[in-house]
Amino acid sequence: MTSLPLRAALAAVILGAAGNLAAKPLVVCTEASPEGFDVVQYTTAVTFDASAETVFNRLVDFKPGTTDIQPALAERWEISPDGLTYTFHLRQGVKFHTTDYFKPTRDFNADDVLWSLNRQLDPNHPWHAKTSVGYPYFESMAFKDLLKSVEKTDDHTVVITLTRPEAPFMRDMAMGFTSIYSAEYGDQLLKAGKTGDLNSKPIGTGAFIFQRYNKDAQVRFKANPDYFRGKPPADTLVFAIATDSNVRLQKLRANECQVALYPKPDDVPLIKKDPTLKVDEIEALVTGYIAMNTQHKYLSDVRVRKAINMAFDRQTHVDQLFGKGNALVGVNPYPPTMIGYNTENRNPPRDLAKARELLKAAGVPEGTVITLFTRNGGGATNPNPRLSAEMLQSDLKQIGLKLDIRVMEWAEMLRRAKNGEADLVSTGWAGDNGDPDNFLSPLLSCDAAKTGENYARWCNPKFQELITRAREVIDNDERARLYAEALKVYDDDQPWISMAHPKLFTAMRDNVEGYVINPLTNNNFATTKVK
Amino acid sequence: MLSFIARRLGLLIPTFFGITLLTFALIRLIPGDPVEVMMGERRVDPEMHAQAMERLGLNKPLPVQYLDYVGKLAQGDLGESLRTRESVWTEFLTLFPATLELAMAALLFAGIVGLLAGVIAALKRGSFFDHGVMGISLAGYSMPIFWWGLILIMFFSVSLGWTPVSGRIDLLYDIEPKTGFMLIDTLLSDEEGAFKDAVMHLILPAIVLGTIPLAVIARMTRSSMLEVLREDYIRTARAKGLSPARVVFVHGLRNALIPVLTVFGLQVGTLLAGAVLTETIFSWPGIGKWLIEAIGARDYPVVQNGILLIACLVILVNFVVDILYGLANPRIRHQR
Repeated sequence: MTSLPLRAALAAVILGAAGNLAAKPLVVCTEASPEGFDVVQYTTAVTFDASAETVFNRLVDFKPGTTDIQPALAERWEISPDGLTYTFHLRQGVKFHTTDYFKPTRDFNADDVLWSLNRQLDPNHPWHAKTSVGYPYFESMAFKDLLKSVEKTDDHTVVITLTRPEAPFMRDMAMGFTSIYSAEYGDQLLKAGKTGDLNSKPIGTGAFIFQRYNKDAQVRFKANPDYFRGKPPADTLVFAIATDSNVRLQKLRANECQVALYPKPDDVPLIKKDPTLKVDEIEALVTGYIAMNTQHKYLSDVRVRKAINMAFDRQTHVDQLFGKGNALVGVNPYPPTMIGYNTENRNPPRDLAKARELLKAAGVPEGTVITLFTRNGGGATNPNPRLSAEMLQSDLKQIGLKLDIRVMEWAEMLRRAKNGEADLVSTGWAGDNGDPDNFLSPLLSCDAAKTGENYARWCNPKFQELITRAREVIDNDERARLYAEALKVYDDDQPWISMAHPKLFTAMRDNVEGYVINPLTNNNFATTKVK
Repeated sequence: MLSFIARRLGLLIPTFFGITLLTFALIRLIPGDPVEVMMGERRVDPEMHAQAMERLGLNKPLPVQYLDYVGKLAQGDLGESLRTRESVWTEFLTLFPATLELAMAALLFAGIVGLLAGVIAALKRGSFFDHGVMGISLAGYSMPIFWWGLILIMFFSVSLGWTPVSGRIDLLYDIEPKTGFMLIDTLLSDEEGAFKDAVMHLILPAIVLGTIPLAVIARMTRSSMLEVLREDYIRTARAKGLSPARVVFVHGLRNALIPVLTVFGLQVGTLLAGAVLTETIFSWPGIGKWLIEAIGARDYPVVQNGILLIACLVILVNFVVDILYGLANPRIRHQR
């Protein structure tokens, strides 16, 4: 029998230990440092995870694990029959974060929505010029031209008027750059002359309250007890920055983090074998592709592009690059999980003799040199660009084409590719919102051919007309039909080698629950807990 | 001695301007501008691009940009990061203590182990120990840091579980960065066990970063000691009947240290260069990682001024070493 003081001491130790366990944070090993927390100034996924997905909300959200829209700060909305006016009815009783640097005196209302959107839209807004490089996402999504006005009819109703019907608009509104800020906090900072704090001390309505960022080391958040969807199960959320994927995996193994983002596809089988770990996977909205410059000699002839597609050993390529089962072979410019995917399009069967015949018919001399631009480092769309280029080189050699591989730094490659210097450009695209327009307009439209982002410089009036109509039609079935038709035109012209749609992986300890992997590569931990 | 210091100081001014010109030119030689890099594959509206470049002052002719830059430097203004919008000086001050802490730990490790190994190898010339030390130091010198770091992590951190994988402190501890030096901050905090945890986090990165300097110091100490041990005054010291330890450490090592001291100074540059990789492997939030990311993002102010600050530091250390060298060797002091 133990004495009372001893038992009391034991109890204290046990309770203390339990207290420590409860205080154990959910640690997520992330791939890079966030650039800042004023999310509208940035474009990278990690910055979005550390701000838009944790601190902020938008009027609407993507349902976890999908690209479907669900209500968030707007409880419901109506769209006018002409598709030009969107009326959002705002959720009431939503509270902004209370921190040592800001104490809100009122709940979220229409003024906050106006402040957040007009800041980016209206050059006369007092905050408009407070960024050094503007609002890159807002501008690249052409919101400056799309939004005619953002107005309130009362404290809980906001009306957004568009200049043209835009079917993807609701999905756009779920993206990070439409995050809703506190107008009251903005005014407070402006008066105090501390506008820079908006980027380092964010205030939102999101599931987590920002605590501290130790540069390049960690970002700490605590659970928001007033979160409108309920307090998240993890009391503390920490983003531990570990840029190397091997290190992230070792940290996960040592339980220094419970979730490790973006493991290498090669490591996935090993992680699956480890009984203490598990992997979540999803078909991401990502395409790795090679654009063929349709304005260059020889490649302007569809027979040459077909011959290249015919010589390309897709399955081997995808298996070698991503590992068996880790990616789908590409056929269309976007993956099959999106509407309008044309299931009738097929890659031509590999036929070297026929490919040679096509080249001969197009008058391409044996030994013709074509250049391929590719980047030096791997990424989600292509883990090993050099190997990928060399495999294509070997395929093309078999039909008498010499591939001149030019490996260059990413920014340099993009600049030169936009100038149209390359014959072939090996690159990729990760979708922002799950809408086909988000792939087709920036990558294959006639506008993009003029500005250079359409590296194939392919401009087909019929394709353009179909995607323009699909962007304006609200009816989903009709849109799907139009996109399927547009993809048929794409398939006839073959401006790309559509290479692969890789899967996305997240590795975690086996006691992690409630994490939902998202096809848009965003990570939200509002429902994640460690058992 | 004063004129010696004045001569050395006089050399610093053109060096300083040389560095500003070099960093300014080199970062601009890399194609792509900060706005293009930030937008990546996304559409860059030419109007938006022009406005952003104007706001950043990057639309002016290069000589004007350089004069602006040097003018601001003269006023002590290091500018703002284009990526994070933070002041470069603030970022440097936040991150530099981490690098300095790591570099000092690495140098301490390299210095102690390197000197000892070098002295013993020299005393036992031709022995198994000598060959072993020289072989290992050659291997250490040729070791790819990235590979070496991962091997140590897999063995000590994952298999044995003796040391943490990466970072500066277990994330269980919430340490407020008061000085930026984790060892000091953990001592200042009242979190129990935090200091020990910070030391454990420092061990592997310091070994990895210290490996190359260790190899250099060991080899230099050995050859310098061998040379000194052949000198007449050593023979005289021995003939006088001094104890072997006194002969080796007072008469031998003291004289052998002069070239080793120079190597120490030069290793500061090696350490800062090695810090780039070590910091990446161990997720160590220091200036190495900061600069690499800044180059990728074409963050001109960070690259220019970050490199300038590091260069100034290396120059300063070498300057101090020069002075020490002068103090230790009067022939150098009086050279014209």
